[in-house]
Amino acid sequence: MSNKVIHVLYNDDDILMDAVKQTRAAHHHIEEVYTPFPVHGLDKAMGLAPTRLAICSFLYGLVGLSVATSMLYYIMIVDWPQDIGGKPSFSFIQNMPAFVPVMFEMTVFFAAHLMVITFYMRSKLWPFKEAENPDVRTTDDHFLMEVSVHGDVDQMVSFFENTGAVEVKVIEKH
Amino acid sequence: MSSHYEAPIRKPLVIGDKNFHDVTVDVAAPVEGRANKQWWIVFSIALAAFLWGVGCVAYTVGTGIGTWGSNKTVGWAWDITNFVWWVGIGHAGTLISAVLLLFRQKWRMAINRSAEAMTIFSVIQAAMFPVFHMGRPWLAYWVMPVPNQFGSLWVNFNSPLLWDVFAISTYLSVSLVFWWTGLLPDFAMLRDRAVTPFTKRVYSIVSFGWSGRAKDWQRFEEVSLVLAGLATPLVLSVHTIVSFDFATSVIPGWHTTILPPYFVAGAIFSGFAMVNTLLIIMRKVSNLEAYITIQHIELMNIIIMITGSIVGTAYITELFIAWYSGVEYEQYAFLNRATGPYWWSYLLMMTCNVVSPQVMWSKKIRTSIMASFIISIVVNIGMWFERFVIIVTSLHRDYLPSSWTMFQPTFVDAGFFIGTIGFFFVLFLLYSRSFPVIAQAEVKSIMKTSSEKYKKLRDQEGHNNHSHSDNH
Repeated sequence: MSNKVIHVLYNDDDILMDAVKQTRAAHHHIEEVYTPFPVHGLDKAMGLAPTRLAICSFLYGLVGLSVATSMLYYIMIVDWPQDIGGKPSFSFIQNMPAFVPVMFEMTVFFAAHLMVITFYMRSKLWPFKEAENPDVRTTDDHFLMEVSVHGDVDQMVSFFENTGAVEVKVIEKH
Repeated sequence: MSSHYEAPIRKPLVIGDKNFHDVTVDVAAPVEGRANKQWWIVFSIALAAFLWGVGCVAYTVGTGIGTWGSNKTVGWAWDITNFVWWVGIGHAGTLISAVLLLFRQKWRMAINRSAEAMTIFSVIQAAMFPVFHMGRPWLAYWVMPVPNQFGSLWVNFNSPLLWDVFAISTYLSVSLVFWWTGLLPDFAMLRDRAVTPFTKRVYSIVSFGWSGRAKDWQRFEEVSLVLAGLATPLVLSVHTIVSFDFATSVIPGWHTTILPPYFVAGAIFSGFAMVNTLLIIMRKVSNLEAYITIQHIELMNIIIMITGSIVGTAYITELFIAWYSGVEYEQYAFLNRATGPYWWSYLLMMTCNVVSPQVMWSKKIRTSIMASFIISIVVNIGMWFERFVIIVTSLHRDYLPSSWTMFQPTFVDAGFFIGTIGFFFVLFLLYSRSFPVIAQAEVKSIMKTSSEKYKKLRDQEGHNNHSHSDNH
């Protein structure tokens, strides 16, 4: 199998969107698209599956709520119940209104942080991680579509030149 | 271009003939350029104030809380006033980035980065007051749920002061993560433009290797949306819990159910005022007038006016309910606020917070940069006095007239407060020279709908379609 890929650069998001649709219609395989800003509808046009991070966040929130509830139950009811300001201390459900703020905050804390950590892990984002965008212009004003080569290279190049590309490069990928 | 349609009646959010690359250049310019003389002058003043604050804090820690003006009757004074003031200012950032994101307000994009920076920096200032009021700040970890090392006594989860610990730390950490996640693509832009190996290395580390893949952007947008959804109730809960510090006690003037909404409105009010103060200067100094436009200032002024009116209504409601309750202590507390020895601070609060934002009804005033700047400062003076009035006037007339006293701040109180203002500006000035101060990736995504250039192009296109063969 050839390790060649074609890098097609565009300088407009609408042209990119049309090009992605044409490329998919012509049955070329889009490896990746690098863009300087979120292009709405690009994920659908590329056929990417929707992300499940929001579901993760909901589950993490449930974990946070459970951790908070069990922590408060153990500390305030089981381990060392105290009469503070006459608030009932021998029944969790009766003392619970005073715990709502902490339960809420811990739910948010877990949902937010664990979701962001999941995002960083899944998208491989952390300090000292090397950037992988093939062209520095993709964080400025260029959009880069990486397409794997199959069949006639010259024919593919001319196909992409007709999609409104500003630059088409054939790259040997290691 | 049909997918980028926006009603022509909406004013452009990016002014001038800008393309994507111009946005990059404009946002990178303050970072890549050199600081001018004014920056160094303001930075030196802020640093001097910060160092003075460090000295006053060192004196407080070394000698004790007796160096402050707080006394047996007025046990809480400037420390908690400053704490609530800073936390309040810290509310605008998340409000702009989270609430305005949920409402799909595109104008947030020019200001959210700096507003979030302001949030984080001001919550840091706020946190210092309770920490140093502890007297022995090295034992600050005792507020965490760890069993007391002399037994198994835990922290008290019935106490609003402990709720505050959880609220503030969640708020600070979630805001920081929200801010940094949004910064990744913009740091990546600076990284890819960097010319020296040192800046390349630094921005490479802080951008976490952001590459801008389609999948990354899909996740990025989902994470931003969910974080906004989480941060919206969070931001409202934080100042609600701060108000519980007062509302759950039995001090007349504090023990009121109106406090949570009243504090939240006040926080948004002062936070937006601080955003206006900072951005009116920043748009000028960093040449960002094309992005932070008069329209942005006007919209913020409208929010200041609305929240100022809510605060004003709360003040009047409080007075009415005090009278209507028939409780003599409650009635006295409010009469004493307005006519007692601290009448001047009550008057300052009323004029700055209730009267001054009402002038924004005039379009001429709310679109005037000078007037907006002055009002934004007046509002924050007023909001400081609001907290001072609530805290000190409620305490200084105790149930026992023999305990009645006045509060006299010392130079240490003042030094600590000035120090936090200095520290805040040190952080903000450093930020303004090293961070992308506008969320440029997001701004680029709205260029086609909301920039002057594309709006004009769309107008022409519309004309051409209507004019058939007639070429004009």
